[in-house]
Amino acid sequence: MANILELKKVSKSFDNELVLDELDLEIRENTFLTLLGPSGCGKTTTLRIIGGFIKPDTGVVLFEGNDITDLPPNKRQLNTVFQKYALFPHMNVSENIAYGLKISGKSKQYIQDKINYALKLVNMDDYGKRDVAQLSGGQQQRIAIARAIVNEPKVLLLDEPLGALDLKLRQDMQYELIRLKNELGITFIYVTHDQEEALTMSDTIVVMNQGYIQQMGTPENIYNEPENAFVATFIGDSNIIDGVMVRDRLVKICDVNFPCIDEGFGQNKPVDVVIRPEDVVLDEPGRGQMDGVVTHLIFQGVHYEMEVMAGGFEWLVQDTVMQPVGKEVSLRVDPENIQIMNKPASEDEEAIVVDV
Amino acid sequence: MFKKKSLAGPYMAFILCGTIIPLLAVLYFALVDKNGSLTFANLASIADPIHLKALGLSLLLAFICTVICLLLAFPLGLMLRKSGGNKGFVIFLLILPMWMNFLLRTIAWKILLQKNGFINMILTSLGLGELDILNTPTAVVLGLVYDFLPFMILPIYNVMIKIDNSLVEAAYDLGATPFKVVKDVILPMSMPGIISGITMTFVPAMTTFAISEILGGNRILLIGNIIELEFLHGGSRNVGSGLSMVMMVFILISMALLNKFDKNGEGTVV
Repeated sequence: MANILELKKVSKSFDNELVLDELDLEIRENTFLTLLGPSGCGKTTTLRIIGGFIKPDTGVVLFEGNDITDLPPNKRQLNTVFQKYALFPHMNVSENIAYGLKISGKSKQYIQDKINYALKLVNMDDYGKRDVAQLSGGQQQRIAIARAIVNEPKVLLLDEPLGALDLKLRQDMQYELIRLKNELGITFIYVTHDQEEALTMSDTIVVMNQGYIQQMGTPENIYNEPENAFVATFIGDSNIIDGVMVRDRLVKICDVNFPCIDEGFGQNKPVDVVIRPEDVVLDEPGRGQMDGVVTHLIFQGVHYEMEVMAGGFEWLVQDTVMQPVGKEVSLRVDPENIQIMNKPASEDEEAIVVDV
Repeated sequence: MFKKKSLAGPYMAFILCGTIIPLLAVLYFALVDKNGSLTFANLASIADPIHLKALGLSLLLAFICTVICLLLAFPLGLMLRKSGGNKGFVIFLLILPMWMNFLLRTIAWKILLQKNGFINMILTSLGLGELDILNTPTAVVLGLVYDFLPFMILPIYNVMIKIDNSLVEAAYDLGATPFKVVKDVILPMSMPGIISGITMTFVPAMTTFAISEILGGNRILLIGNIIELEFLHGGSRNVGSGLSMVMMVFILISMALLNKFDKNGEGTVV
């Protein structure tokens, strides 16, 4: 697969504040790529640079190998779905969808066919004549998507399109978007701060913080093998514990040696250890690797979330079996569920580590 | 507790004494002759060639003034929408003349435009010849535009800055050129402001008598001047009332035409 979009050493500052610092990003054709990060991490700026709404201070944007850095948005072969829908209030649903096609001078029949096709695609067949203001948030977002895709863009940019919707609708729309992506066979670039959304929909996730890419990979990759503490904490819950890598395949946590599967960190080297709460297995005292006491308990629907005090560390544990507060337990972690990360050399390491 | 209605009482009283009763009085005088018997002669007096000419000129000058104001205000609104910081200051500069009585402002123009006035002084010293527009319709239009421009700018500006920028970006994104963005998105969405701007410019321009009197000498007779003459300078208040009624009808027709463009009814009250 070829790269459809490339960002090379793209930097941007607003009011002397650096938002993106020499960002490099390659986006392959026909992927669902998500830019994920907290607000202010530069993800929206990146999307707007791709869309052409912001010019980077330095660096270039390549579309199918051609430099489009100075091309205005109306000349780019991509379309955007905006966070607040941005439907034209003085046009009805059909007129909104038709707008891009009218500008490119398509025939009436073609436009009508496209409107029907797009409305069907977003499951809103009979809504063509409706006023935009009469639609709910979810419906407006579907129309916004329809309006973008009728122009047959090669890349669809989506700027937190589900941000304003309630939870249930958001989950439905996530599946809709995956379906749309597969039916259209085009590249989706999706911006969100919601890690669940990113994990559910993406082929590739780009985790961003402070204008840098922290990690790029598949959802499984990002979740199971976070490269640094930022990614580990941002994606899902996790226990991040100080540890010492005794030697290959053995890490000491809270004075207890845990077998693991990581190699190449050297001997007696301080490291960060990431253990997901669902990977901590509780048992009767004495049976596991460490003994401890349950200190907190919350029911969360699918599972119970517990905190276990063991070895001077408060372990976050998720299990479908409930252990009451005050109960003595033991805990155990399988070697393949222990993720070892290098300790940051400085406070800015989070950013710098992936800058290389 | 007051009933909510009673809070509007003072205003209602004011409207009653200041608008409704006088209007009814004008209507009454328009429909009777000197002796108090019913007649349509006052209304029909609009057919007098002098009156017709004045009405036509009023409509024409008010129309020209409105168009010029619109042509000045709309691009300014576009510019202010785009510009960052000092919007408030620009608007302040535009409003500043409104702090001074409009008669004084108009008289100032008369002095500036006089044969030996400031403008001609500069023009002659530059060797550009003299500008002799005082006491012509041009001078009246100049005065109208100068006095009523803020009433066009403010409503347009207020509507325009509220247009969500993501709508503009969406239009660009869908392939629109800057011109198309203005035509398809900003212009239609500014309509309520444009309509109320037109209302607030056209109506006073159409009915003015002071500006035409000061800048037009007594050569430019607008319908407002005729009515003023009838009421205050030895004419008949019955004829004056009749002409006022006719003028009101013309204003109502203009506003009704305008209303057709204003789907949401945000711009006008008529």
